[in-house]
Amino acid sequence: MIPLSYYIVVSTTMFVVGLVGILIRKNFLIILFSIELMLNAANINLVAFSHYSGKVDGQVMSIFIIAVAAAEAAIGLAIIIILFRGKATTNVDEMDLMKW
Amino acid sequence: MAAQLLFFYFGGVTIAGAIVAVTSRNIVYSALSLLVAFIHIAGIYVLLNAEFIAAVQILVYAGAILVLYLFVLMLFNPSEEKLYLHKQAKVGIFLGVVVLFMMLFAGYKTEIIGKGGPLTAQAVKEMGHTRVIGNALFTDYLFPFEVASLILLVAMFGAIVLAGRGVHRKKGPAGRIDLSYRDKLPKKSSETPEEVIVGR
Repeated sequence: MIPLSYYIVVSTTMFVVGLVGILIRKNFLIILFSIELMLNAANINLVAFSHYSGKVDGQVMSIFIIAVAAAEAAIGLAIIIILFRGKATTNVDEMDLMKW
Repeated sequence: MAAQLLFFYFGGVTIAGAIVAVTSRNIVYSALSLLVAFIHIAGIYVLLNAEFIAAVQILVYAGAILVLYLFVLMLFNPSEEKLYLHKQAKVGIFLGVVVLFMMLFAGYKTEIIGKGGPLTAQAVKEMGHTRVIGNALFTDYLFPFEVASLILLVAMFGAIVLAGRGVHRKKGPAGRIDLSYRDKLPKKSSETPEEVIVGR
């Protein structure tokens, strides 16, 4: 039997890795990857709590999170495609115009 | 004991994949190590008796979202970046370590109090996990389910409208759809529609 705190350690570490990735990287795509990591950390937590408390609600919430993550990936990638068409860079520091 | 060994394998590879995804200079390596992390998260879900979530994780995350990322990534002519870290990188890592220890301190002693609910390993074994999830999803969570479908619809329209902006569609000579950015290419000498050559 694996204690609940092991899962919490894994999900916390993943969340912090995603947070540090957002803070230190310049590439837009890596920032999107880090957001996905943070969403997955939340999912691990939800499923673990659902398993140990014996209620199904956490797993249903994790399905909703997966749906929202798919929507977020589609919109984020569309935004970066139009940004790249106007200004050939993926560096977030250079994306400082509302319109060109 | 076997479950614990499997947990350490899945958890360790997940965290290692996440760290490589965030720190790698080559963005293709980042995407692939993210794929490794997602697949091992599915293993963690199986250890938690959540088989349906594990299948969705592999189908949606590793199958759909990651492939979408890889497609878009290939548009950007990926190359190794020299200056890939922000200048606040050291501060960011320091803050990350601080937040990690705070969250571990807060979360490590977590215990579930109160009596457990109906979702035991025995119930999952009898009914099947998909059925358990479906029962909850289509009764208690019906309205959030519909809202989620609306979110996906809006995201689909948004992605098409955003990424298709500036690409005007018009009918070409042979009734084909011509994309306007192809107009910049040198035109062929004849304006007559190309004939389709059918073999034999």
